[in-house]
Amino acid sequence: MESIIERINNGKFWQFHGGVHPPEQKWLSNDKPIRPLELPELLVLPLQQHIGSAAKLSVDVGDYVLKGQPLTYSHMPMAVPVHAPTSGTIEKIERATIPHPSAMQEPCIYLKPDGKDKWVERAVCDDFYSLSRETIIEKIANAGISGMGGAGFPTHIKVNQKPVIDFLVINAAECEPYITSDDLLMREHSPSIIDGIKILDHLLLPGHILIGIEDNKPEAIRALQKATEGYDKVRVCVLPTKYPTGGEKQLIKALTGKEVPAGVIPGQMGIVMQNVATCYAIADAVINDTPLIKRVVTVTGQSLEKPQNVWALLGTPVEFLLSQCGYKEAENSMLVMGGPMMGFTLPSPKIPIIKTSNCVLAPSNKEIPTPSDEQECIRCGQCADVCPSHLLPQELQWSAKAKDYEQLKKLNLFDCIDCGACAFVCPSQIPLVQYYRVAKAEIRFQQVQEIKADKAKARFEARKARLEREKIAREEKHRKAAEARRAKMNANTQEASQAKSAVAAALARVKAKKGDDAQEQEQVDNTKTEQKLAVVAAVARAKAKKEAKAAQENTSSSASSPDKDRVAVARAKAKKLAKAQEADTTEVQAEDTTADNSSANDKKARVAAAVAKAKAKKKSAQSAVSSASDTTSEKAVAAKPKDANEKDDKKARIATTVAKAKAKKQSSTDIDNPAQEEITKEPVQAVSATDDKKARVAAAIAKAKAKKLAKATDVEPEVDVNESTPDNSVDDKKARIAAAIAKAKAKKQQAENK
Amino acid sequence: MTTLIAILVIGLLGALFGALLGFASVKFKVEGDPLVEQLDALLPQTQCGQCGYPGCKPYADAVANGEAINKCAPGGEDTIKKIADLMGVEPVALDESHEQDNTPKVAFIIEDDCIGCTKCIQACPVDAIIGAAKQMHTVIADECTGCDLCVAPCPVDCIEMHPVKETPQSWRWDLNTIPVTHIE
Repeated sequence: MESIIERINNGKFWQFHGGVHPPEQKWLSNDKPIRPLELPELLVLPLQQHIGSAAKLSVDVGDYVLKGQPLTYSHMPMAVPVHAPTSGTIEKIERATIPHPSAMQEPCIYLKPDGKDKWVERAVCDDFYSLSRETIIEKIANAGISGMGGAGFPTHIKVNQKPVIDFLVINAAECEPYITSDDLLMREHSPSIIDGIKILDHLLLPGHILIGIEDNKPEAIRALQKATEGYDKVRVCVLPTKYPTGGEKQLIKALTGKEVPAGVIPGQMGIVMQNVATCYAIADAVINDTPLIKRVVTVTGQSLEKPQNVWALLGTPVEFLLSQCGYKEAENSMLVMGGPMMGFTLPSPKIPIIKTSNCVLAPSNKEIPTPSDEQECIRCGQCADVCPSHLLPQELQWSAKAKDYEQLKKLNLFDCIDCGACAFVCPSQIPLVQYYRVAKAEIRFQQVQEIKADKAKARFEARKARLEREKIAREEKHRKAAEARRAKMNANTQEASQAKSAVAAALARVKAKKGDDAQEQEQVDNTKTEQKLAVVAAVARAKAKKEAKAAQENTSSSASSPDKDRVAVARAKAKKLAKAQEADTTEVQAEDTTADNSSANDKKARVAAAVAKAKAKKKSAQSAVSSASDTTSEKAVAAKPKDANEKDDKKARIATTVAKAKAKKQSSTDIDNPAQEEITKEPVQAVSATDDKKARVAAAIAKAKAKKLAKATDVEPEVDVNESTPDNSVDDKKARIAAAIAKAKAKKQQAENK
Repeated sequence: MTTLIAILVIGLLGALFGALLGFASVKFKVEGDPLVEQLDALLPQTQCGQCGYPGCKPYADAVANGEAINKCAPGGEDTIKKIADLMGVEPVALDESHEQDNTPKVAFIIEDDCIGCTKCIQACPVDAIIGAAKQMHTVIADECTGCDLCVAPCPVDCIEMHPVKETPQSWRWDLNTIPVTHIE
């Protein structure tokens, strides 16, 4: 540590690598004092004039503001306010081109000065040592001070350092050609600058204060040395003129011999650097309570008649400065903000001066000609020799042209300070710095994208996790609710039992609905079997009675016995067939699932049963009559049965033929309709048992129907009982129509007979 | 005898190294597929689904299993190149079925037209839309990946995709230069 100070005391300094000696051109403006300017007609104040976040507006259009009144505010630590440089009215707030190489438009406040230059109330502080550290830092922040050397880093952040500061470095190098604003400020306002340094000393308590200044400013050096007399902590370090001594890392290296590693800020090494103009602004802010509203701007270049340093209010348009300095616009003329090495061309002269603007350069075409064509790199290596950051500019250039950003990162592109020394020495006129700037911006953009991608990924995963969680929670909720219900039901309360019974009822209903088809089928089956049983019983009864009657008749009149026998056989056959048919029907209907059919069958079955009973009764009556055999009336009575028998005979034969036809039909078709037909006809036959003709007609109709159906089955040979209901219903309809026709015909014939 | 010893020694060595390898494969087993992780890191994480997979991770998974590498439209040529480098294959042009335009975009809800249906909220893969039923919705522009997925579900077509505005901070330099020369 002592060795550094010893070296400095001995006037021996270090050398940073590289560096160039461009033409200084400082003579243009360093021989004239700083000139205060009259008020411009309009001031344009960009809301953001520093690195960090933009502040919010605290004034509105039409507001009258006083000089020094803050126009913006922000609670963000990286934001500093902008103040009204003079009193006047806010004319408008709109987007305007800002002094930035991008020439983009950003929100700006247009202030129309009223010419009174009326100050806001200020509290002058004579003894800043009595103020607390926090108060001073707050004052600096509220004064809107950001680094005035070029980068525009908010000063109150930089002076609010926690670690122990060994060196406070005051950057007075002003290494860039043409610029003399700091030089003139030091010449004219050294005491104020030293006040600012004392404030920083008070805040940071550094071990040593080093003012780094290039040897091309002898007047400024003298002024500083005079101002720092008796201030032992401060050493004015005169460094040889070399560009870019004013670079932060380069100046630290030159003064202390310490290299600032990549990615390390000097504060971590116990070094804080401030620009002289910033020191002046700090002094003004803390002592005079004057916010940063004006600065020294070097207006220079050979296009100007009287290039000079001026006190420019922030927001003064460049064209006003130029007109004050006698600007002669020439063809192809360009305007540069900042120095020729690191500045940028202005797209229009209407752009305002901001906190970081130290120079407006209006060069003649002779000074800065239009860029000549870029040639191929000849690998001369001069760029590497002059690079103050120990980089390999030509390799960087190749990688930048190839857009190989990974390689650029490996080559430590971000240690490049954009000084332009490499481009200055390049014999091939390669605009190296521009390539690096493009590449840096691209890499920064990619980094932003990567950060965004990581954030998006995290959010996407978080969302997925949330959806999964919600799903599980939902399932859990449902499960718990179900459990609760179950528990409630299993509990022995009345409510539970009610609920249980209700549930059971509901379940039963559901089951009933679900098992509807099956049950219907079962019902159908049951009715069928009942029917069958009834039929069988009836048949049996009838047979028994017939036999009894036959036996009786055999005893009474043997002549009629063969007849009777025949009748009995025919009947039996008919019934058997009927039964068979019925069985068929049952089978068919068992397969049939429509409720209509089953109910129809039910009816039919009942009718059949009734018919059977009626027959049985008739028979019993007959037998009862025949049992009283001896009387004459008996003969007559006996004749009747005979008649009846004869009729029965016919009937039976008809029935047989009908039955046969039906049997045939059924064997040929699988359709249930004929059987139904048969059953519906049977009662008709039975009822009109006495009507022979009718019976025959019915038989004929039945045959016709059988034929029709046979035809229908021919047409639809694959008609199946299980087939879709439309077909069945069509058949059903057909059959019903046929039955209706048959009935109508039978009635007609009956009427005719009558 | 020597042959027998040789066979024995070689066999023993074989068994030994086999056992060693077996032990190593169990002891130092790599959890998951690092390739998928690496691929996922290259993808832009817009979760847009333009590749046909429900998110970037599933596509990374698919690429690791042989899916075409040129399906990421938001990533564009750069991403394809990176994936090709990682996979050791030749970079190919972006799948023609995809839009070539991969400028960063951000969704914008025309709030006057929003009916508060929450459909876009459900569609957003990164939960970047806030709002509630029958309340106006809005996009958190910083969180929006510009994936386009909220545009289609909107029943009143009040969502637009705007290109991300360039600020002086995000501005990328062009190659204008200020040449400095020695003058007499």
